[in-house]
Amino acid sequence: MTTGAPEPLLVLTDVNTFYGQAQVHFDLSISVGRGHIVCLLGGNASGKSTTMKIILGLVKPRSGEVTFDGASLIGLTTPQIVRRGIASVPEARRLFADMSVRENILMGAFVRNDRDAVAQDLDKMLTLFPKLGQRLSQRAGSLSGGEQQMVAMARALMSRPRMIVMDEPTMGLSPLYVDRVLELIRTINQEGVSVFMVEQNASLALEIAHEAYVLQTGKIVLSGSARTLKDDPRVRDAYLGGSEAA
Amino acid sequence: MSSWLDYTINGLIVGNVYALVAVGLALIFGVSRLINFAQGSIYLVGAYIGWVAVVQLHTPLPLTIIFVAVVAALVGLIIERFGLRPLQNSVRIAPLLATIGISFVLDQLVMLTFSPNPRALPSQLPDVRFQVGGGTIGPLDLLIAGVGISSAVLLFVFLRYSKLGWAVRAASQDRDAAMQMGVDVNRVNQAVFGIAAALGGVSGLLVGMYYNQIDTAMSLQATLKGVVAEVVGGAGNVPGAVVGSLLLGLVESYGVAVFGTSYRNLFAFLLLVVVLVLRPNGLFASARQAPPEPLTGTFIAPSRPVRIPRWALLVAAAVFAILPLLPVSFYVLQTLINAWLLGMLALSLTLVAGTIGQVSLGHAALLAIGAYTSALLSLTLSVPVGLAIIAGGLMSAALGTILISPSFRLRGHYVSIATLAIGEIVSLVILNWESVTRGPIGISGIPPLSLFGYDLISPTSVYWFSFAVMVVLALLQARLLSSHLGRSFRAIRDDDVAARAYGLSLNRYKSLAFIFGGFAAGVSGGIAAHLYSYINHETFNTQQSILALTVVILGGLGNVVGAIVGAVALVGLPEVFRIAAEYRILIYGIVLLLLVRFRPQGLLGTI
Repeated sequence: MTTGAPEPLLVLTDVNTFYGQAQVHFDLSISVGRGHIVCLLGGNASGKSTTMKIILGLVKPRSGEVTFDGASLIGLTTPQIVRRGIASVPEARRLFADMSVRENILMGAFVRNDRDAVAQDLDKMLTLFPKLGQRLSQRAGSLSGGEQQMVAMARALMSRPRMIVMDEPTMGLSPLYVDRVLELIRTINQEGVSVFMVEQNASLALEIAHEAYVLQTGKIVLSGSARTLKDDPRVRDAYLGGSEAA
Repeated sequence: MSSWLDYTINGLIVGNVYALVAVGLALIFGVSRLINFAQGSIYLVGAYIGWVAVVQLHTPLPLTIIFVAVVAALVGLIIERFGLRPLQNSVRIAPLLATIGISFVLDQLVMLTFSPNPRALPSQLPDVRFQVGGGTIGPLDLLIAGVGISSAVLLFVFLRYSKLGWAVRAASQDRDAAMQMGVDVNRVNQAVFGIAAALGGVSGLLVGMYYNQIDTAMSLQATLKGVVAEVVGGAGNVPGAVVGSLLLGLVESYGVAVFGTSYRNLFAFLLLVVVLVLRPNGLFASARQAPPEPLTGTFIAPSRPVRIPRWALLVAAAVFAILPLLPVSFYVLQTLINAWLLGMLALSLTLVAGTIGQVSLGHAALLAIGAYTSALLSLTLSVPVGLAIIAGGLMSAALGTILISPSFRLRGHYVSIATLAIGEIVSLVILNWESVTRGPIGISGIPPLSLFGYDLISPTSVYWFSFAVMVVLALLQARLLSSHLGRSFRAIRDDDVAARAYGLSLNRYKSLAFIFGGFAAGVSGGIAAHLYSYINHETFNTQQSILALTVVILGGLGNVVGAIVGAVALVGLPEVFRIAAEYRILIYGIVLLLLVRFRPQGLLGTI
């Protein structure tokens, strides 16, 4: 684990989000350092997935600021944000089920126009995810959950992002695949891609994260380095939905 | 034409034409989960642009086709940009209604520009026929087949190999995920509308040449046929739309061969209803496809309804009740009688579409059932008119509910398609069931309204009668809505899955709503029959269904007072402003568009 605070890449400042009358986020502030893996922990309905959607511009906050590499993302459309260098691995993977695995992975490079480099990156993905090699012409919808997760990660990497946001990357996977996915996230990160992930499974996420935030009903109740949080009994309470966490 | 081969060739050719419309519908549905009811209007525009090119500009055939495709595509782009894109974050019913409004506006603009009279569209191809086996085939058949096949190939290449084509496919499978890959969904929508419109326009041109005649009634028919073909193939499925179209063409052609021309459309709509009931996702839908409608969420704009104090309603009712005693012209009474009749239909539709959320586009069929029942009972069995009207209402309630029941398992847009088809089927059965309905001749000499032996002939008495009936129906409906039953209806509308989880039987409550609504509509139709003294299968048409829907949206879906206010406004305002008849439909279309855009909850708010 690296020490010291790197320069921040993605910063959310005092974000307040509403769905109709219901407030989802209360003065949410999160910072993801360049080259770091940052994890957002929280139980059901804590506002984790909405945080993802705010970053990707799928939901607009009522107030607050979101900046990426110093420039504001507020008011940009999702495709514009993607072009700034943020790729996503959405919740439940969201592959294009009727397209082939190859087409799915190449869709990740939609924002790029350098055909030859894209072809090289596709080969690179097949070394990173060797299992996908035999599946390239198969319908993405016919893959197992773990394989789909691999495709979703390869797809996200194809845009050569500076940062990947992941919504519960280990959800619904067999233990074998959970380990594999965490290992891959670490590998991706070591190649220089910052990672922001939303997770319910705190103990797993804290294994690989540099920093973590704990979100409870729309408020950050705890934050700090993964190492200190791992030993904090309040994390377990918060993540189990305990009421005395803060 | 005599041989089966001829009928097969004809079926395939017509199927090819349908395919050009249906493929466009499928592309649009795929990307935006929208059934584009304006597709037929673009087809109409294509036919008339073709007429301008051929007859006035004397363009050679290839240029004619290109000209039509380009102009139609432009119309498609305009529809997307100004009609639909502003509605992106609106309630789900909004784009559907907008396309209906757009189709009204386009059809009327064509009609006002070119007059409603049919025109000849010469085919620009030599009129020879070649012997093929036992049948014959002409150059135009080959052209249509050629255009169909080359469009399919072009579309395939576009979807499979171009970047924009990939974006279209990705967006149609998962719109949000596609956006997260950097796909600009607006551009995809634009592309899809442009392509769909170009194909639709060329289709209109070819049909015009094929039948050597074009008229403004083509529009609705084309939309209906395209929708049938698309749904048969599986909504949003492009190859499915092609197969569905060819199937539809063949079914129609063989049906005509066996039963005669007037049965053509009946077969189309029966095919649709059978497919919707047995395989609502179409013949070729993959099981993995995401459900075409979200499971929950508001289809209809929620709002806080305008509260009208009881005394104000009483005063209004009193004013309208004593109106005939005041020095008003018969013309005003006549207009208001029409408003009360439309108000009854709107009460029925606001219950069905607003309160329980089944947006019916075939409500005129309920009028027709009530009208024919009442007319025939009083004419052939000498049943007193008052009783006959009630019998008409009951028949409409019973038959309407039975006819609509197969679509109870459907949702959202599919309900609208099914009811549209059922409405057409009723009209076609009336046309073809000559022994009972007197077929195309219609029923004349229907006895006037009467009550307890007294004929109601003066406008004053007709006015009081229709007003009283409407008020009684409105009070009954208000009572119904404030009861436990009304709450169950709204629960089903807002979330049918949750409602079912709480033990509400969807079929039973939808039946109850249609029985009640069917009665009101049937009574309205019955009164109309005795008022008009002549009815035929076209007296109660789809235009009236759409007018009723506009009234209901204007008043606020589910809103009883709103339905009546909407009816008075839509019938009355054109009279007040003395708008010429041919502009009225245009105005209705524009009203619908403006409402959907700026006040989807209507004047008085949805309940």
